[in-house]
Amino acid sequence: MALFLQQVFNGIMLGSTYAIVALGLTLVFGILHIPNFAHGHLYMLGAYIGFFLMTLYGFGFWTALIASMIILALVGMLVERIVYRPLQNRPVINSFISAVGALMILETGVIVLWGPQGRRIPNPYPGIVDLLGITMTWQRLLVILVAIVLIILLQIFIKKTTVGTTIEAVAQNREGAMLVGINVNWVFSLTFAISTATAAAAACLVAPIFMISPTMGALLGMKAFVIVILGGLGSIPGAILGGYILGLLEAIGGGYLSAAYKDVYAFGALILILSIRPTGLFGREVS
Amino acid sequence: MLLEVKNLSKHFAGLAALHNVSLQIREGEVLAIVGPNGAGKSVLFNLINGMLRPTSGKIHFLGEDIAGLKPHLIARRGIARTFQTTALFDQLRVVDNLAIGYRLRNTHGFWSTIFHSRDWKEDRARTTANVMETLDFIGLAEKAFHPVSSLSQAEQKRLSIGVALISQPKIILLDEPTGGLILEDTDEITDLIKKIYKVAGITICLIEHKMRMVMDLAHRIIVLNFGSMIAEGSPEEISKNPEVIEAYLGAEYLA
Amino acid sequence: MPAIRFLLKKWFYVLLLVLAMALPFLITNRYYFQIVIMGCLFSITTLSLNLILGYTGQASLAHAGFFGIGAYGVALMTKSGISFWLALPLSALFAALIGFLIGLPTLRTRGSYFAIATLCFGVIVSIVAGSWIEFTGGYTGLVGVPHPTPLPLPIIGVIGFETQTAQYYLVLAFLLLTLLVMHRLVYSLLGLSFMAIRNNEALAEAVGVNTFAGKILSFVVANFFAGLAGGIYASLVGSISPSTASIDLTFSWLVYLLLGGAATLAGPIIGAFVIPVIMEYLQFLQEYRLIIFGALLIAVIIYFPRGLMGGFSTLQQRVREFYGQRRGVKHAVRS
Repeated sequence: MALFLQQVFNGIMLGSTYAIVALGLTLVFGILHIPNFAHGHLYMLGAYIGFFLMTLYGFGFWTALIASMIILALVGMLVERIVYRPLQNRPVINSFISAVGALMILETGVIVLWGPQGRRIPNPYPGIVDLLGITMTWQRLLVILVAIVLIILLQIFIKKTTVGTTIEAVAQNREGAMLVGINVNWVFSLTFAISTATAAAAACLVAPIFMISPTMGALLGMKAFVIVILGGLGSIPGAILGGYILGLLEAIGGGYLSAAYKDVYAFGALILILSIRPTGLFGREVS
Repeated sequence: MLLEVKNLSKHFAGLAALHNVSLQIREGEVLAIVGPNGAGKSVLFNLINGMLRPTSGKIHFLGEDIAGLKPHLIARRGIARTFQTTALFDQLRVVDNLAIGYRLRNTHGFWSTIFHSRDWKEDRARTTANVMETLDFIGLAEKAFHPVSSLSQAEQKRLSIGVALISQPKIILLDEPTGGLILEDTDEITDLIKKIYKVAGITICLIEHKMRMVMDLAHRIIVLNFGSMIAEGSPEEISKNPEVIEAYLGAEYLA
Repeated sequence: MPAIRFLLKKWFYVLLLVLAMALPFLITNRYYFQIVIMGCLFSITTLSLNLILGYTGQASLAHAGFFGIGAYGVALMTKSGISFWLALPLSALFAALIGFLIGLPTLRTRGSYFAIATLCFGVIVSIVAGSWIEFTGGYTGLVGVPHPTPLPLPIIGVIGFETQTAQYYLVLAFLLLTLLVMHRLVYSLLGLSFMAIRNNEALAEAVGVNTFAGKILSFVVANFFAGLAGGIYASLVGSISPSTASIDLTFSWLVYLLLGGAATLAGPIIGAFVIPVIMEYLQFLQEYRLIIFGALLIAVIIYFPRGLMGGFSTLQQRVREFYGQRRGVKHAVRS
C-alpha cells in the first residue's frame, strides 16, 4: 500500500510537469494551430539556462527560474517569428518541417555549448517529509504547488483578462480579429511567450530532481503532444487532466509493470484512442 | 426522381444551419436553389455530397440512402459538384485536374500501375480521350498544359465545371458557378450550363444569386431562408410569391 | 526500332547508367566507395520518403523506424541461418505491414496527428530496440550480421558479396528497382491522385478519389522500401544498434529530400549524394552538422520549398508546355 501511495505521489508530481508543458502547448497548437514540435526542446533549453545561471553566475534558485522564464519567453517569440510566421498561410506540413529544423538547432546547439552528458543541478530544498508512509522531498512538493499556482494563474489570465479573451478571439477568427483592430502578430508572439515561459518554469522546477540532458525535451515534447491531442486541441482542462492522467499512468505502470517501456504507454494510448475516435478524446469534427 | 431529401436537418452546436428541408431533384431538370447569404444553401450541398453528416433526415439517390457516406463514394454513385470558392488542384496543370476528375471511372490499381498491365493502358487511353473531349466541351483546349494558376477566374470556373463533368455524373451540383464574374463571363458560364443539360443530358442543381440568370435557366426554383424552405415552384410562381419577395428579391421585382 | 529510338531520346540517363555501372573501375579509394554505397542506400530511403511526403503530402517522421525494422529483421533472420534473399523481402514486407497497422488509425485523422504519431512511433522503435534485450541485444545492438548469401546466377556462376564492388552492384540494382517503381507510380493516374491528395485532400475526396486508401497505399509502399534499404544496410555493414532507427536519420533524409527537391525523382538522389559528400569535405563542421541541417531545413522550406530540382522542374515544365502544344494532345495524360 505504501508503495502504491508513493507511486501516486510521484505520479502527481510527474503529472504536474506534464500538465504545465501540455498547457503551454495547447495554447500554441490548439489556439494558434501551430504544431510546435520544438516545444519539448524549448523546455529543455529552459532547464539549461537555469542551470547555467545558477552554476556560472551564482544565481539563486528562484532568481534563475524567473530569469529563465524571461529568456525563454524571448526565445519563444523569436522562434515564432523566424520559424512559423513566414509559413502561416501555407499548408501545415511546411510548419512541421520547419519545426523539425528548429528542434535540430536547439538540441545540437545545447550539445555544442554544454556537452552531451547529463548535468546535475544542486537541490535548493533538500528536506524530506514523511507522510502516510510516503517519502516526499520538499522539491517534489514544490513542483506540485507551483504547478497548481501557475495553472490557476493561466486559467484566470485566459478567461478573465482582456488579453486572454483577445487570444481566444484570434483563435476563433483571425480575420475578424484583425478587422476589429487587434494586432494579430502581437497576439501570436505573446501566446508563444507564455507557452515557452511556463515550460521553462516547469523545467527549472524539475531539474534538481532529475538530471538535465540535451535529450530530455524530446520525449517530453512528444508526450505533451499526445496529451494535447487526447485532451482536445485548445482545451486547457483537457491538457491539465491529460497531464495528470499520464503522469499517474507512467508512475504506477512504471512501478508495477515495466520501467523500460514506460515511455511507450503514452504512445500506445494515442494509437488506441485514435483508432476509436479519430478526432481525439474531446476533439470536434472538422468539416 | 433522381435525388430526394426528406426532413433534412443540420445543427452546429445549437445553431440550425438547415432545418427540416425536404425537396426532390427530377431527372433532366435544372433546379435552382436561392436565398440570402447564410440561408443554408451550401450546407445543403455539403450534406448531399457527403462532406457533412446530417443531424437528422434522409437523403435518397436513385432509391439508395446515401446520407453519411464518404464523399468519394457519393461521387462514384454519380453526384458531382463545384464549390463556391473555386476549388482546383492548383499545383497541377489543366489536363491533370481533368484526369483526376476521371479517376473514379478507372478500374486499375497499384499492381496494374507497376506492371503497365493491359487495363492500365486501356484506362490511360480512355482517360486521354475523355480529357480531350471535355477540354473541347468547356473550351479550354488551348490551355491544356497550362498550370491552373495561370488561368483567369472565368477559365478556372469553367475548368471546375469540367472536372465535375468528366466524371460522367447523373447530377451536377453547381455552387455559385458565376460568383465574382463580370457579365460577359457570366453569360459564357450560363451558355455552358445550358449546353450541359441540353447536349449532355445531365441534371443540374444550381445555387445562384444572380436572379436574371436563374430566371433564364431554371425549370424550378426552391427558396431557402434561415435554414428552412420557404417556397418552391416555377420561376413565374416564385417571382410572384410575396414571402419570397419580402425575404429576398426586393421591391423592384414586384412590378 | 522503338527501343533504340527510346535510348537515343533518353541519352542523358543512359550515360548516367553507364557511368554508374563503370563506377567500381573508376574509384579506387575504399572510403569514398563506401560513401557512394551509402549514398545509393540513402537514395532509396529518401526516394521512398519522397513518395509519402513529397508526392502525397503526408508528414511521416517515422521513416528511420521502418528502416530499423527492416535492418533488425534481416539481422536476426540471417544470424539464425536464413538466407539473405528470403530474409530481405520478408523484413521489407514486415515493415510494410507495421506501416499498414500504424497507418490505419493515424491516416484517418488530421495531418498534424499523423505527423505526431509517426514521430512518436519512430522514437518508440528506438526505445523498443534498446530495451528488448533478449531479442535485439539492447543498446549495444547486434553484431556479426553476415553479408548477403552468395547468389548462384545462370552463366556467371556464384557471386559472393564480400567485396565492395559486389555490394555496390547489389545496392545499385535495388536503387534502380526503387527508381523504376517510383517512376511508374508517379507518372500515372495513381501518382496524380497522390498529388491531388497533397494539393487539396477535401477536393480529391469530393471528386471521387478514395483519399484514405491512397494515403495508406503511399505510406505502405514508402515503408516497404525503407525496410528494404534497412535490411540491405544491416547485411552490408554487419552490425546494427538502436541508432539505426534513430530519428536523426529521418531528419537527415528530410534535409536531403528538401534540398535536392521534393516531388521530383532526381531530387532525392541528388540530395542523398551531394549533401553527405559536402559534409565529408566539411569535416571540421561535423559537430555543427545538425545545426546547419536544421537551419537549412528552415531556410529551404520557407524560401525554396521546391529545392534545387524544383527550380529545374519548373523549367522542364515550361519546355514541355511549349512542345506539348506542338506535338498535339497525345500526351495529355502525364507520361
